[in-house]
This record gives sequence, C-alpha cells and structure tokens, in this order.
Amino acid sequence: MGIISRGFQGRRRGDDERLPPGQYLTEDFPVLSAGPTPRVPLDRWEFTIDTEGGQVHRWNWQELRALPSETPTVDIHCVTTWSKLDTRWQGVSLDVLFEDVETAAEYALVHSYGGYTTNLPLEDLLDGKAWIAYRYDGEELEPRHGGPARLLVPHLYFWKSAKWVRGIRLLNEDWPGFWETAGYHDYGDPWREQRYEGD
Amino acid sequence: MARLTWRPARLVKVREETASARTLVFDVPGWPGHLPGQHVDVRLTADDGYTARRSYSLAGPDGVELTVQRVDDGEVSPYLTEVMRPGDELEVRGPVGGWFVWRPANPAPVLLVAGGAGVVPLMAMLRARRASRSATPFRLVYSVRSPEQLYYADELAAPDPGVDVSVVYTRTAPDGEARPAGRLTAADLGPSGEADCYVCGPTGFVEAAAGLLLELGHDPARVRTERFGPTGE
Amino acid sequence: MSADYLDGNALAGPFAEIFAADVTVAVGRCASCGLTGPVAGLRVYAQAPGLVARCPGCEEVVLRLVRGPDAAWLDLRGTISLRIPLPGAGA
Repeated sequence: MGIISRGFQGRRRGDDERLPPGQYLTEDFPVLSAGPTPRVPLDRWEFTIDTEGGQVHRWNWQELRALPSETPTVDIHCVTTWSKLDTRWQGVSLDVLFEDVETAAEYALVHSYGGYTTNLPLEDLLDGKAWIAYRYDGEELEPRHGGPARLLVPHLYFWKSAKWVRGIRLLNEDWPGFWETAGYHDYGDPWREQRYEGD
Repeated sequence: MARLTWRPARLVKVREETASARTLVFDVPGWPGHLPGQHVDVRLTADDGYTARRSYSLAGPDGVELTVQRVDDGEVSPYLTEVMRPGDELEVRGPVGGWFVWRPANPAPVLLVAGGAGVVPLMAMLRARRASRSATPFRLVYSVRSPEQLYYADELAAPDPGVDVSVVYTRTAPDGEARPAGRLTAADLGPSGEADCYVCGPTGFVEAAAGLLLELGHDPARVRTERFGPTGE
Repeated sequence: MSADYLDGNALAGPFAEIFAADVTVAVGRCASCGLTGPVAGLRVYAQAPGLVARCPGCEEVVLRLVRGPDAAWLDLRGTISLRIPLPGAGA
C-alpha cells in the first residue's frame, strides 16, 4: 500500500457480506466506456445469435420487446472496484432467446454496436443468470449505460455485461474479447477476484 | 531519463484562488524539475486501502504546485480543496507529458487560450516566461464564466511587459466590461499573426477554440491542445 | 455528448512507468485510416478498465494499456509504427 492520505475516504468498503473482496460501495452509477457512445436507431436495431453451425437467429426491436420479460434486482461489480447493490432492471432472459437455438457450443463471444466484444462460457448465459436488459430503475436504458439494450450477467465482473449489445456468436473454443485480450480474466468471477489473466 | 515511480509529497502551503478552487504547494524530495505545461499524476490512498488517481497540471515553473477546482460530486477534488491540510501527504508521479509544453528557448510568439480551469498549465508557461526573463510576446485569452471564477486574478492584472491578457466572460461580465458576456468567438482570438498556440480546457471548449484558431488561419501543426475531462476532476 | 474523452497527454504518466522515452511526443500512423499524428493528439477513453486511445480521424482503437498489480499489457495493433524522437546517437 502507498502512503495513506489522512482524511481521504473515497468509497467505503463497509462490511456488507454482499461485497466481494477488493470492492467498494458506490451509490451513483459510474459510466465506463472504451469509446464513443453508439447511437442505434430502434428501427435499425437487431439482436442475433449465430450458432457454431452457421445458423442465425434474429430479433428486431419490436420482436425483442414482445417477448416475456423479467425484472431482476441484482448487485453489480465493476472490475475497477466499485459495486452497486440492488440495481433494478427489466429485460428478456437469455433462456427465452435460446429456446429454439440448437447448439453444442461451450463458449459465447458477445459483440456490440461500436465494436466491443467479451467472452464467457455459454452456461453462464443460461439458467436464469443473464438477460438482455432494456430498462433500468424504471426508465428506458440510457445510451450512456448501454441503451437501447445491454447484456446483464451480474454474477461476473460488469465488463462482461456488454453495453449496446448486438449479438452472441457461439463457438467451440473460447475466443477472448476486448478486455480479455489486454490482460483481463477470461471468466471474471468477482467472488474469486478474477480480475487479471492468471488470477 | 529513467522510468518514473510514485514519490511522497507533503502539503506545505495553500492559497485560495476562488470560492471553489485552491492552489496546493507540495514539498517533493528529489523533484527533478519540469517544463511548463507538464502534469503530474496524483495518487490518494485511504486507510482501508482504497486508492484513487487523477492528473493535474503543474501551475508553476518550479516545484510541485497544483490548482484544483472542487467538483461537488467528485471523489478526489473535495479532499484536495477542503480536507487536506499542511503536513498531510499524498503521492505524485511526474513530471510527465512532453507535448503540451513551452520551452523558454523558443522565440516564436505564443497564443494561450484557456477555458476555465484550463488556465493552469498556461499560467505555468506565463510564469516560466517571467522567471526566465524571456522577451517572447505572449497573449493569453482566458474564457471564464464570471469574475468570481477567475484564477490568479491579481497576478494576471499586474503589468507584465510583452504579455497581453484578455478575459472573455461567458455568462456574467463585470461592470464596465465593454464586451458583453458570451462564448468565445474568432474575434476574441484575432487578429493575431503566426504563433505557437496552446489551448487547454474542457473537451467541448478545446474543440471549439481549436476550430476557431484554424478558421483564423493558424497552422494546425502549431496548435497544441490539452483536454481535461472525466479524470481531470 | 462527446465530452467523454481526454487526449493522449493523459497517457504520459502510465507510459512513463514503462518506457524511458516520452511516448506521447512520438508520431504514429493509424492502422485503420492511415492518419498520422502525435500520440498526444489521440482521443483517450480513461473511464474504463484500461486506457483506450482512439484515432481522432476515424475513432478506431490505436492503442490500449492495462495496468495490473504486477504487470502492464500494451496493445499497439492499431498503430502501424511510432516515430520516437531520441537524443542523437553518440551524443
């Protein structure tokens, strides 16, 4: 640890059992971004799932919004060490979107408008663990927080919850995404503090 | 030149600049000196291990002197402007940045364009000019919301031969000010001959001011910019 | 709405920890659109898990830098080359 600055508090660690190791509580919702915010007109928006066999499943905005949605309240953990508890979302469970998808792939590469990518095992997207979220805290999801729609996969560090999500490519082998090719962990479990490659 | 590491810095003196900004003077053993326009990275560590890092421009020609504007919902600037007392410590890494610098040996006329707190590295250039007894013509155009926001007001008002200072008020002009309040225009920056231009301020200001300089015919290769934004807090 | 980036001057500190020469004064060429300019003129997105520097012409990623606790990762694949000014040889 470096020199301690007397009286500097920054964010608090607290002793909440819901806070993973090395994380600090925040009340606001910091905006993290690796590039300019893409503006995606809803009439041109689409979400796709591409299987390892070359099949493409496609939803436009109306089709996505017509699907049954859920309203998860979850804790989110950013690798830059802030955590935010009890965030309220609305979106479509990936289980719904994968209902008619035939696949034996083990890995998923999520890609976004603007070019961002992130990888994770397919099983981490299923069984009620992930959503395509389009509302946050009772409002349509703002572009700076990933609107019109973002992936929400709260049990992993938040960089896996790709903003401006555009689709998922299913792969037989793990293919590292934007941050995973620059030192960040392929899986990113906050409770095991898997921040960097090798953690 | 060796790779840089963090050095301890002890606050020795504080000067209030405005109601929400102050200058902090640090003692940094082994400080190697710097060029005006360079900055330092500052690291704060809380007693529970939490750390935060920010970059600040050096305000003076010698030593580590920073002018910090308080950002109300910020995490670092409220500490630096309200909590930190002489004797307290933080860590600095620097000086860094060799692009946005003025070298006293350069005889070319200089045009400085500041937006708000962006005046800090430009002030370091003005002070370095004075300290080096340079005769290079300098012009500073300083855009600020209202008279209460002006940094270094007395120093800028004092006569400094060869230096022309004009303040552009964007919201509220003081009594007797001929120019009505309003955003920076080409007329505020001209007419001016060839000059090395340094523009510093928030991103939107820098884009606008650099655009005006190009409109006025300044050579893009001689317009250097420094934006501060999310981490400039 | 584009006030979310800094310029390449913000890379000076993180680079100074890795290299002895000041990389921000180096002139590079964007691998995507071919624009040349100083590293100091790139657009840097710093509110992120790492630093992402993009070309001011085409907004493609030119370089990325991630600082871990005991290592740094540097990705330069968006850069064709960097011309780094150095003191004269034998000086």
